[in-house]
Amino acid sequence: MIRVENLTKYYNEFCAVDQINLHIRKGEILGLLGPNGAGKTTVLRMLTGFFLPTSGDIHIKEYSIREDSLDIKRLLGYLPESAPLYHSMLVYDYLDYVANIRGIRPDKKISRLRKLSELCGLSGIMHRPISELSKGLKQRVGIAHAMMSDPEILILDEPTSGLDPNQIVEIREIIRRIGKEKTIILSTHILSEAEATCDRVVIINKGKIVADGSTESLKLTGNRDNVINISLLNADENEVKKEFDSIDGIKEISTVNTDDPEMLSLRLTCRSTDDLRRSIYRRIKLKDWILMEFHQERKSLENIFRELTKEN
Amino acid sequence: MRQVTHIFNKEFKDYFISPIAYIVISVFLLVTGWLFFSTFFLYNQVTLRNFFSLLPLIFSFVIPAITMRLFSEELNIGSYEILLTMPVTFKDVILGKLLAGVAMVAAMLLPTVAYAITVAFLGELDWGPVIGGYIGAILMGSAYTAIGLFASSLTRNQIIAFIVGMAICFSLTLIDKMLFLFPGSFLGVIGYLGADFHFQNISKGIIDSRDIIYFLSVVFIGLYGAHLAMQEKE
Repeated sequence: MIRVENLTKYYNEFCAVDQINLHIRKGEILGLLGPNGAGKTTVLRMLTGFFLPTSGDIHIKEYSIREDSLDIKRLLGYLPESAPLYHSMLVYDYLDYVANIRGIRPDKKISRLRKLSELCGLSGIMHRPISELSKGLKQRVGIAHAMMSDPEILILDEPTSGLDPNQIVEIREIIRRIGKEKTIILSTHILSEAEATCDRVVIINKGKIVADGSTESLKLTGNRDNVINISLLNADENEVKKEFDSIDGIKEISTVNTDDPEMLSLRLTCRSTDDLRRSIYRRIKLKDWILMEFHQERKSLENIFRELTKEN
Repeated sequence: MRQVTHIFNKEFKDYFISPIAYIVISVFLLVTGWLFFSTFFLYNQVTLRNFFSLLPLIFSFVIPAITMRLFSEELNIGSYEILLTMPVTFKDVILGKLLAGVAMVAAMLLPTVAYAITVAFLGELDWGPVIGGYIGAILMGSAYTAIGLFASSLTRNQIIAFIVGMAICFSLTLIDKMLFLFPGSFLGVIGYLGADFHFQNISKGIIDSRDIIYFLSVVFIGLYGAHLAMQEKE
């Protein structure tokens, strides 16, 4: 559906986006991740036709951003970072204005506005000036704005930045609801957000793509180890260590300090190729230790992200 | 063209939602009303010539106040990004804004028709120069609006946009009064650059294509300047 080819953008001498290639399929929710200043917003702005790339091209359906930017703008809904809406207008007036520009037929306008206000939870604030709205409400008006023409592709730039945890959950809920039928590209630097909402994650750093795949497949990349944490009650540390040492695949055993003197907490680093939980549990059962806690750490996206985007 | 109408509607309505329109119109009417009628009876002539001769100077500080927000505000809150990612072209945007500014100038001039009617009661008023004066005022208003738009596209600060716009409009208004500063061979050209010179021609009731072309050229140059300034920001 969207084909990005050798996309490059220079701001004067500074290269913000460097030779990016990307294919986005219909119906995907794609998360664009990266540290601040990685070029996320620049990529999104070029996708929306706000400015042209220095070189390279973007094809959306059969249109090219260089020749048919007006057709592309019709296909897209875009929410820039922090929803910059006209302060002086009422929410209703603003959405009405957007509906006019988006070419919604006058007889369908009211029903469209109703539907959007229901979807984005705006019914109570339609007649309030935008300047009086809280950040979360503004963000919702921004999403309604982006959804106005029922676009096939929705581009959201940091849709949850600056919101409180409840609002974040609400906005994510809206995105997921919309995402069932639309292609969504969103940028974020919050990893758990990408994990919670996106089918596919693209990490960019210094204008280049450094990782691309589903959150699950990203976690499998690289040769990281599994970590298992266990806590045993009243067990002898040396005995336990000796027991676990004999399991093939455990690379390292370290003791974790706890406040409770009766508790022995261990951190077992295992080779990621085999799942050792079964054999570990069998040993514990055989020895009749009292197991208080047993859990395998999930490989976090945070670690992967940090590894991919750290300096040099 | 449809998009121009929508942008025009939004911008024109915005003037009346915020207090700008009311403040600008009241100040304009106060200043022109006072300056015109305070000397009107001394001349003892039934004419609006003195009213129209005030306009170039007053327009050069009132119109930049009308136009200062048109781009600066968009740049400041970032809504320009939203605007341009909707299916509109830059041409739609700038024409809509220009027309909204000109409509605002017309709305400001509309109450002054009362001056003409008042004066007409006092004696035989020659309506030719009055109609010419209003046509000239709209043409000059468009030219100054385009200059104001250009000034507004330069900066996200409305006050700077106002001062820059005022400086340019002021120079255009006064340049033909400063002719003594220039060497003789330039006089013709520089006199021709003055907005006041062309406006006074029209307000005599003589509509000459040279004056119309002058104002339309200023409009075009102003809009093109704004186009370049906005492109630079990308």
